[in-house]
Amino acid sequence: MSTPVFEELEKGQQIGTRELSFSRADLIRYAAASGDHNPIHWNDRFAREVGLDGVIAHGMLTMGSAVDLVSVWAGDPGAVVDYQSRFTKPVPVPDAASGSPETPTARLQLSGKIGAVDAEQRRVRIDLSVELLTEPAAEQEPGAEADPDPVRTKVLAKSQAVVQL
Amino acid sequence: MINPERQGHQYPPAAPYQVSREAIREFALAVQAEHPAHHDVEAAQELGHRDLVAPPSFAVVIAQRAEAAVVNDDEAGIDFSRVVHAEERFTHHSPILAGDTLSSQVTLDRIRTMGAGAMVTTVVQISAEDGSPRTTVTSSLLVRNEEDDA
Repeated sequence: MSTPVFEELEKGQQIGTRELSFSRADLIRYAAASGDHNPIHWNDRFAREVGLDGVIAHGMLTMGSAVDLVSVWAGDPGAVVDYQSRFTKPVPVPDAASGSPETPTARLQLSGKIGAVDAEQRRVRIDLSVELLTEPAAEQEPGAEADPDPVRTKVLAKSQAVVQL
Repeated sequence: MINPERQGHQYPPAAPYQVSREAIREFALAVQAEHPAHHDVEAAQELGHRDLVAPPSFAVVIAQRAEAAVVNDDEAGIDFSRVVHAEERFTHHSPILAGDTLSSQVTLDRIRTMGAGAMVTTVVQISAEDGSPRTTVTSSLLVRNEEDDA
């Protein structure tokens, strides 16, 4: 596994992109692994009763899933010395219309770029962008555009990982 | 009602948490973390770690146990059924590894009232058995007041 060469790193460089998807089964897996069993992440009726449109992903699932891009880029997850995020918008994860609950119903686009380089401490700040991709409201005629561009919603803000190299 | 007087209160430490390889693997799978150092002991050791490395957000599992003291604190007066997670931060002094036994202690760091609600910030210090700091977890929660729901 290659590791970045510190001297070649500059603010603004892209470190990569990834697409993430969540299914109802993914939310159950995260609840079990994390110990966060808040029913807004698995029970639609309860989620609606507290004012949501339905089940949403754990903010910590989104945050936790985004950082692997940085771990893989750095070559060592132990090099991530600081990681923070603000949760700005919920990620709805509706039940699949039919079939397996493993069917993904939320798509996220993830990308990272270098936000700052600290030569003295040999630290690099990676700024992550995490966007929820949703289908635009169906207004056009059926078949008018086969694959319309998705609507992008930022779900994390100030999502920053500091890597020690 | 939220009690701003509770700001700065430090709670007793939570029971020590033993980090297992299987807990790290299960968490890594749940957050779709593909780096081999979370799954394969040899891969972690090749990077110079004693054992599997926890994903950067794994500390939330440990922090949550300490934060339970705030949830159960009647004097703080925080209605956790009206809480929205606003912000989270992990500062790793050294990585969390399988085999670690970690203690954790929470402080109700800040209560900032905002209209009828409040922003509550907790800080959990996670330390190794020898007392050396391992991870600091800072969590901010937005507490809505009942009146907001009208």
